[in-house]
Amino acid sequence: MLETHPSTVEINPPPALSVKGVCKSFGGLQALKDIDLNIAQGTIHGLIGPNGAGKTTFFNIISGLYAADAGEFRLLGKPYKPSQVHEVARAGIARTFQNIRLFKEMSVLENVMVARHVRTHSGLLGAIFRTPAFKREEHEIKLRAYALLDYVGIERFASLKAKTLSYGDQRRLEIARALATDPHLLALDEPAAGMNATEKVELKNLIEQIQRDGKTVLLIEHDVKLVMGLCKTITVLDYGTKIAQGSPSQVQKDPLVIKAYLGSSATPTTESSDQKS
Amino acid sequence: MQTQRTQQSKPLALAPPSLGLKVLFTALALLLPILLQVFGNAWVRIADFALLYVLLALGLNIVVGYAGLLDMGYVAFFAVGAYMYALLASPQLTNAFPWIAAMFPDGLHTPLYVAIPLSALFAGMFGLLLGAPTLKLRGDYLAVVTLGFGEIIRVFLNNLDRPINITNGPKGIGEIDPLTVMGFPLSRKLDLGFTEIPSVTLYYYLFIVLVGFSILICSRLEHSRIGRAWMAIREDEIAAKAMGINTRNLKLTAFGMGATFGGVSGAMFASFQGFVSPESFSLMESVMILGMIVLGGIGYLPGVVLGALLLAALPEVLRYVAGPLQELTGGRLDAAILRQLLIALAMVSVMLLRPRGLWPSPEHAEQDQISNDDQAEEAHA
Repeated sequence: MLETHPSTVEINPPPALSVKGVCKSFGGLQALKDIDLNIAQGTIHGLIGPNGAGKTTFFNIISGLYAADAGEFRLLGKPYKPSQVHEVARAGIARTFQNIRLFKEMSVLENVMVARHVRTHSGLLGAIFRTPAFKREEHEIKLRAYALLDYVGIERFASLKAKTLSYGDQRRLEIARALATDPHLLALDEPAAGMNATEKVELKNLIEQIQRDGKTVLLIEHDVKLVMGLCKTITVLDYGTKIAQGSPSQVQKDPLVIKAYLGSSATPTTESSDQKS
Repeated sequence: MQTQRTQQSKPLALAPPSLGLKVLFTALALLLPILLQVFGNAWVRIADFALLYVLLALGLNIVVGYAGLLDMGYVAFFAVGAYMYALLASPQLTNAFPWIAAMFPDGLHTPLYVAIPLSALFAGMFGLLLGAPTLKLRGDYLAVVTLGFGEIIRVFLNNLDRPINITNGPKGIGEIDPLTVMGFPLSRKLDLGFTEIPSVTLYYYLFIVLVGFSILICSRLEHSRIGRAWMAIREDEIAAKAMGINTRNLKLTAFGMGATFGGVSGAMFASFQGFVSPESFSLMESVMILGMIVLGGIGYLPGVVLGALLLAALPEVLRYVAGPLQELTGGRLDAAILRQLLIALAMVSVMLLRPRGLWPSPEHAEQDQISNDDQAEEAHA
């Protein structure tokens, strides 16, 4: 149901997302300094870093919620300008939110149907006169929404209001809603936050399934175990700069990463020598 | 799905109206004026006004109920529609401007089919005019600005008699043409040979048709791509944007659509009354219309209609209750004040007992059944 991109067959496919020299400061605080990032198509890319490293800022910039001070943005090789949030969704980046932002009073099904907005066209008159084109489109929207709910495994709740779902199911609904915009890149902002162990395993399976179906996923996550297990490439941010990038095993060994996560005194040699002197 | 629905429905929640109930309501609505006539035409007139309020409440429900934009100056669009019709179908313009009088030697009598769409269009334009500068405002701030807008329109109408007399100021515009539907002026009795239908009843049937169309349009919008986008904006604007919804355009559409309803309603009001003056469009009217949709069940059509009917009819009914009470107290109680008090009491107690309105939207989506049918169709295909 999620169509695989044939572009993976190409010898040198453009990266799903490519950003260059992204800078952002809030007043005197430089939240992001000159960030370069390439996300290869069809992979799960992790973005980690300690609290306040600039992960969510970066996320908000690529999805258009904040305007970057500088930077170049390309999606599948095509430049895009993340200045208008809804234009970013149209260009092909769909996101979820760290603190779930569902349309609470709408039904689960409607939540997904809303996200088809950007790929459908019928207007006021079509709706008022119920034109054949409108009916056809509405039917397609509904089928697609059901298919997506089925895909994330919450189809049985379709008619319930979104706010009545359990926490884990709300996260799933957010993913289904994001997928409904037909994104090239699915950006998940801390999808495992607040989940228990079972829910995390289910989430991991879902994200892997999405990747197998040909989507590119950008994952911001605090849960290092989840990120290490899922991602092919990981980028580590600290104080607004990129301090490391590579495979999970490379990143884990990187001294800068260890320093960022455990503090400078945690490096064994310096710690012991400090204590002795 | 069926079992889930019965299990989870709350005891207090009213079900959405079934087909049988809808037929019953329609029959009742069609027979009502005949029943009311027994008590006199004044009662039919009350029903007419109640229907106009239903139209207004339906329009405001698009803005406040669907798109979640708290509009406290909605009566401005009602005023714009009413004055537009008044100017197009009264001696006001021909009296004020000799060149218009020269163009229309028989007086300016714009036919219904031109005047009503023009009123709707003009009010819709005012909707966009109000919407455009307030796009970034939400909640209380939007309420304050729209409230100001409503007052500005009223003050303009009150003062546009100088230097050029357009609105005739506080004196208002009179001698407005009654509506003429297919050659029958609604201001005269219709003689059917065996019986006569009074003017108020004719208007009643016109209004009921309009209300029917409005409900149809609203419910179709509600279950459409546009309606869903409005509700998404109401629920969470940032998430709606992130899903690719152009919130600017959709908010403007909501304002324009709501204002159009107000405009049509205003035109009806002007022709029905035959007279408009700025007094009819005070802030209190905006508050009442908002009260109707909140009382009935915001964003849910059956609730909105119920709320409008109740709040529009209640003051009139209470008039008859207040009278005897006043006599009992030897005239010490002022009827008008007592009426206000009773309305306030009714509203406060309703909001305490049913905070989501008298007939709120059900916890389960109505489309459930339809979507199951869709799936069945797909399975067959």
